Amino acid sequence: MNIYAIRVIYKYEMKRAFETLGQSFASPVLSTVLYFVVFGSAIGSRIDAVGEVSYGLFIVPGLIMLAILTQSVANASFGIFFPRFTGQIYEVLSAPISFIEIIIGYVGAAATKSLLIAIIILLTASFFVEIHIAHPVWMLAFLLLTCISFSLFGFIIGLWAKDFENLQIIPLLVITPLVFLGGSFYSINMLPPFWQTVSLFNPVVYLISGFRWSFFEAADVSVGLSLFVVVLFLTACLLIVWWMFKTGYRLKQ
Amino acid sequence: MSIVSISNLSKTYADGFQALKNVDLEIRRGEILALLGPNGAGKTTLISIICGIVNASSGAVTVDGYDSVKDYRITRELIGLVPQELALGAFEKVWDSLCFSRGLFAKKPDPAYLEKVLKDLALWDKRKAILMELSGGMKRRVLIAKALVHEPRVLFLDEPTAGVDVELRKDMWALVEQLRQAGVTIILTTHYIEEAEAIADRVGVINRGELLLVDDKHALMHKLGKRQLEIELVSPVAALPASLADFSLEISRDGNILTYTYDPHKADTGIDKLMKTIATAGFTIKDMNTVKSSLEDIFVNLIKGNGEDAA
Ligand SMILES: Nc1ncnc2c1ncn2[C@@H]1O[C@H](COP(=O)(O)OP(=O)(O)O)[C@@H](O)[C@H]1O
Ligand SMILES: [Mg+2]
Repeated sequence: MNIYAIRVIYKYEMKRAFETLGQSFASPVLSTVLYFVVFGSAIGSRIDAVGEVSYGLFIVPGLIMLAILTQSVANASFGIFFPRFTGQIYEVLSAPISFIEIIIGYVGAAATKSLLIAIIILLTASFFVEIHIAHPVWMLAFLLLTCISFSLFGFIIGLWAKDFENLQIIPLLVITPLVFLGGSFYSINMLPPFWQTVSLFNPVVYLISGFRWSFFEAADVSVGLSLFVVVLFLTACLLIVWWMFKTGYRLKQ
Repeated sequence: MSIVSISNLSKTYADGFQALKNVDLEIRRGEILALLGPNGAGKTTLISIICGIVNASSGAVTVDGYDSVKDYRITRELIGLVPQELALGAFEKVWDSLCFSRGLFAKKPDPAYLEKVLKDLALWDKRKAILMELSGGMKRRVLIAKALVHEPRVLFLDEPTAGVDVELRKDMWALVEQLRQAGVTIILTTHYIEEAEAIADRVGVINRGELLLVDDKHALMHKLGKRQLEIELVSPVAALPASLADFSLEISRDGNILTYTYDPHKADTGIDKLMKTIATAGFTIKDMNTVKSSLEDIFVNLIKGNGEDAA
């Protein structure tokens, strides 16, 4: 195991985040605050509690998921795309480092950043509503699994992308709609039956539902199913990455 | 024993283009080897395979006896690469960039060694500079520093002096010599013949994916070099008599100098007969001079031959 290499890649990526502190951490916090003002206070005051949970509190897990899904994909995809774009990747490829180590470095850093963002948002939210977490361990587990699997997904996009447009297109056309329609701001049960059924094909619904359950013990789908879907997604990403590295896809001619 | 051993290496890119054709090459420990070839010859492809950036289609490479695919961790630690393009980050500091490189190559931090490398490359003053703000020449030196911070035994320099002015080119040659003194084996690619002629011990000529020959620089010039005999006459001639037609002499524009091209390794160079014929023709010789053909002429001849074979 080339620990030194993992360490420098991880450090390099983390440093990038802290050097652009505003972009990395302030913007997710700001958008969370805005969501709270708009949905929590302005609209939320006219919405009844969801089950026993006030609407302001109800959207907290969804907001966190919204942020970490988009941030994981954005950070991890950029992290590997940029050195490919500048040609710097030659150095990583010529180093005595295995593909697994490359992934641990890049994806580990992206996942860590997302985790930090989640914590910051949770703290920000606690200024608006009183937060209680029913199952902290499960909460952490869902959080970690999501950060890691979506960072991996971002890594795949960063490898696949041929240009900056490619890099933006999946987050824009796939991730954002799935997250907004995944129940960040509402319970699936609030939808008409037809749309409830459609929603069940959206994997993000399971993520948000499971994560929300760890807060309030209330969920749209069963926790077991949520966990299963997250692990399934993680496995799929791992398989794709494994295939990409085995074939040298977009990295080695 | 050779430090890098390349056997039967071929590369066909995904688009079907064959960039390397059955290349065999033994690189000797401690030598400076110049790979000479025009653009598109396959120089970068060859280096990239040895360094692990491009996968070979067939064939094998060993470094210090280790297979470059199976034992890649060992072989890559032994190798440093300075790429052809100035592929550097933008916003990092020089020092941080070197620390990154050293870590990638599985070496624990060693500020004292980094300091030495930076000083050797006249970059110590620039250690806190942002990469983006450096001049092209300095970026090139940063790339060399990055390639050296893990203390490699073999250094690949891919066109180190392309687009570099004369002054910097001389500096580069001095640096290469200094590294060789320190025991590093150096392989550099170039399409400048003077460069190969100036610093290499051996020269490999590569064209259209084929390694045409590898030989000691002097032996190469000796073996393939034609020699020319320039004969200066007391009075100019306008045309040559028929008796001299067999010698394919060239006449200088002012008619004062006749040039005879011959192979110095033949038992009969034809010089004796030429002298006698000239005397018979009634010309008076003022002076004579022999000129060795340069590596450039050799190169042009080889490439021409290769091109015609392929066509
Ligand atoms: N990724 C690639 N895909 C297809 N062809 C390539 C690729 N890289 C290089 N080539 C081709 O292979 C040949 C050799 O390229 P290269 O090794 O870069 O030559 P050199 O370094 O001697 O200029 C060129 O004709 C080039 O166009
Ligand atoms: Mg090249």
